[in-house]
Amino acid sequence: MIDKSLNWLDDRLGFAKGGRTFLDKIFPDHWSFMLGEIALYSFVILLGTGVFLSLYFVPSGHEIVYHGSYVPLRGQHVSEAYASTVGLSFDVRSGLLMRQAHHWAADIFLGAIAVHMARVFFTGAFRKPREFNWIVGTLMLILGIVNGFLGYSLPDDLVSGTGIRIAFSIIESIPVVGSYLGFFLFGGNYPGSGIIIPRFFTIHVLIVPAIIVGLLAAHLGLLVKQKHTQFPGKGKTEHNVVGSPMFPTFIAKTTGFLFVSAAVTFLLGGFAQINPIWQFGQYEPYQISYAVQPDWYMGWLDGALRIMPSWEWVGWGHTLPLEVFLPAVIFPGLIFNILIVWPFIESIYTKDHEYHNLLDRPRDRPKRTAAGASMLTLLFAVFFASSTDVMANFFQVPLIDVLWFFRFFVPLAPIAAYFLTLKICQEMRAAEGIGKRKHALVVERSTTGEYTTTASPVRPGDEHEELEAIPVPTFIDTTDPELATAAGVRRVIR
Amino acid sequence: MSDKTTPLEGTLPPATLDDPHLLPSAKNPKRMEALAALAMVIGMAGFVAFIYVYWVNASNKWEALTLGIGMLGLGVGVIAWGKYLMPQGPFVEERHEFHSTDDERESFNAAITGRGGIEVKRRKMLLGVFALGGGVMTLALLIPGVRSLGPKPAKSEGTQGSTEDSLFTTNWKKGAKLVTVGGRPVKVDDLDVGGVLTVFPQGHEGSSPDQVILIRLAQLGPNDPPYPIAAPGRTEWGVQGYVAYSKLCTHLGCPVGLYQERTQQLVCPCHQSIFNVNAGAIPQFGPAPRPLPMLPITVDATGQMRANGGFDQAVGPGFWERP
Ligand code: HEM
Ligand code: FES
Repeated sequence: MIDKSLNWLDDRLGFAKGGRTFLDKIFPDHWSFMLGEIALYSFVILLGTGVFLSLYFVPSGHEIVYHGSYVPLRGQHVSEAYASTVGLSFDVRSGLLMRQAHHWAADIFLGAIAVHMARVFFTGAFRKPREFNWIVGTLMLILGIVNGFLGYSLPDDLVSGTGIRIAFSIIESIPVVGSYLGFFLFGGNYPGSGIIIPRFFTIHVLIVPAIIVGLLAAHLGLLVKQKHTQFPGKGKTEHNVVGSPMFPTFIAKTTGFLFVSAAVTFLLGGFAQINPIWQFGQYEPYQISYAVQPDWYMGWLDGALRIMPSWEWVGWGHTLPLEVFLPAVIFPGLIFNILIVWPFIESIYTKDHEYHNLLDRPRDRPKRTAAGASMLTLLFAVFFASSTDVMANFFQVPLIDVLWFFRFFVPLAPIAAYFLTLKICQEMRAAEGIGKRKHALVVERSTTGEYTTTASPVRPGDEHEELEAIPVPTFIDTTDPELATAAGVRRVIR
Repeated sequence: MSDKTTPLEGTLPPATLDDPHLLPSAKNPKRMEALAALAMVIGMAGFVAFIYVYWVNASNKWEALTLGIGMLGLGVGVIAWGKYLMPQGPFVEERHEFHSTDDERESFNAAITGRGGIEVKRRKMLLGVFALGGGVMTLALLIPGVRSLGPKPAKSEGTQGSTEDSLFTTNWKKGAKLVTVGGRPVKVDDLDVGGVLTVFPQGHEGSSPDQVILIRLAQLGPNDPPYPIAAPGRTEWGVQGYVAYSKLCTHLGCPVGLYQERTQQLVCPCHQSIFNVNAGAIPQFGPAPRPLPMLPITVDATGQMRANGGFDQAVGPGFWERP
């Protein structure tokens, strides 16, 4: 029956030829290889919940009187975007769950990409032939951040509206073309001609997701073609992959993992409140909420803006707002460009142009690891700098002192992190194997006062021998007559 | 694995059912199977409960809980099946030479440089015209694609325009009435000392570039100096102890909403820029580069507060065309 339908399909699609290799694809096992899967599944959840939201959300800045079921807001003038998001939260059944799950999925998506990227970086998985996938991944990260910001802006609430205002001013700060870019994106001077929410909506639900889907296809296609990297280990070489097969083992595990990711997202969406826009109120350009906090993936830009000195440059009839342009345009631009070209810089520096399918242990590449640690320290430092006011309140120190602390901490900490990491890597390499000893050494003193050490005998059961890896079998031989009629099983006559 | 039988079919060797590569990794497969089934049953129960919860319109928390249990149960069940009961190997797959052979490369490259190259050499002119045509097409498409998006920003201060297409313009003009966001005209005795109010030019209530913060610094009569510490050249810009500044932060345009009366500072909550109101709203601290532009104000015979002119510069953050 199954055979028949598969053949019917193959007559028309001809997939059996390559399909077998696909089913036999081997996936190496390591917990850190699941990070990319988390990102992938969060994106799937974003698409699903996002479609739900888009059925109710009204992308319009048009002002109406609120009549929904959230009492404190009744009779107030709000935009349709804001009213429909409040409606999603209170009047659409399951709406609040879907909204909050969408927002949590976005946070998890970007977090998973960042950690996945760190894994790829520190293990050297970006080396030849995988440079393209590193670049594609970085592009998805950038687009994810952009789309997160756009989505965050859609509800037209007081907190996100302030974010849009800041975004406009950042665009304005770009020399020569800044005001043109800002006017073209916003349809005029801020706050624009009311077109910004519909525009952001189209970019958020169509343009960026479509590009991400395309990049994702390229990412996974390359992964299949180039095959997964693996950590060194028994029987693992540069020329093979050892692990479990795509079908059925990997499929089962990864499908389960999709469900678990979705479960976590929905549990967060139901129990952990996020972005309660009905408390913030409708955005008005002359109002400000004192709790302006962007989503975490924007925090590092906010921090950079805060600690920047007020270095506006004025001359020749022009203004160059360096206090904005440097931290908000040049700084992220530099970070993302360094990320994109890193694989090439590294291979030029190491003069290594070979294929690499076995992963590095981070300690074995001290300079790369130190550079990565340095970059992470920089990002964390500016991230924390985005809460200077919170820290000043918490530690009861003047804001000005906190600010000056960060003005020194942000450039200096990465340098310290570099040398510290370098040292740690070297120490760890020197201590190689120390933690690994499976059983005690027996030290004996002979009658002449001489010490000898011998390994204590291995206790039975302590030793587990690993199997030799074999290719995924085509047929299962069995003497069990009941099983012998199943597909792929051949009865062996004894 | 004793009896290796008939030659292989397909490309890969057969295995026997008792091959250790195919055995489940669970110590007790029967128990694991039961556990996996249990997890999936719990999951199913979760989904059934979700339908019920939706039916009775219970809270979002119940929906999340039931849905979460459903997906978690089903997911854990399948993972347990895959991880502990399905063949774990280790299996191996060879990586073949990734790039193409030299022959394949050569013939591919030859097709491009040879077959294509000859055509290009033979028809240089056509290629040039085509490339040019493509370039012009790109330009032609870009013009509506970009130019339609918004108005061109006004080039300089002198250029007249509405606030919508100029970064230099506001709706403040000599004689404009100061009104609240609700449109109520502001009278000279509306504020106590230390009081602040966000005001707009009448007819433009709520407009972003027009927002102005009106502060009463002291109780001064008509015969006193206009405001306590008058900035040079602006001695007449305040009136009876009132001063008015653009409320747009010169850093990134957040409304500078927080007035600290004791220190007479305006604080921007976005990145903590602090402006000294007493000294012409110059930035004292933080990333803001410029003082908040000051609006000259006056009081008419009826006690109505009015603008005594527009701003003398562009309000808000810096930009290239700003002189
Ligand atoms: C890269 C993927 C995406 C990211 C990072 C993302 C992120 C976000 C965020 C953070 C919000 C604010 C939610 C809130 O708290 O209200 C949002 C709103 C929204 N998103 Fe997405 N999203 C993504 C993809 C999508 C897709 C594919 C769709 C539709 C097909 C979509 C539809 C919507 C809608 C309609 C809203 C506004 C409704 C609301 O705010 O409740 N999103 N998005
Ligand atoms: S916008 Fe006011 S300090 Fe940044």
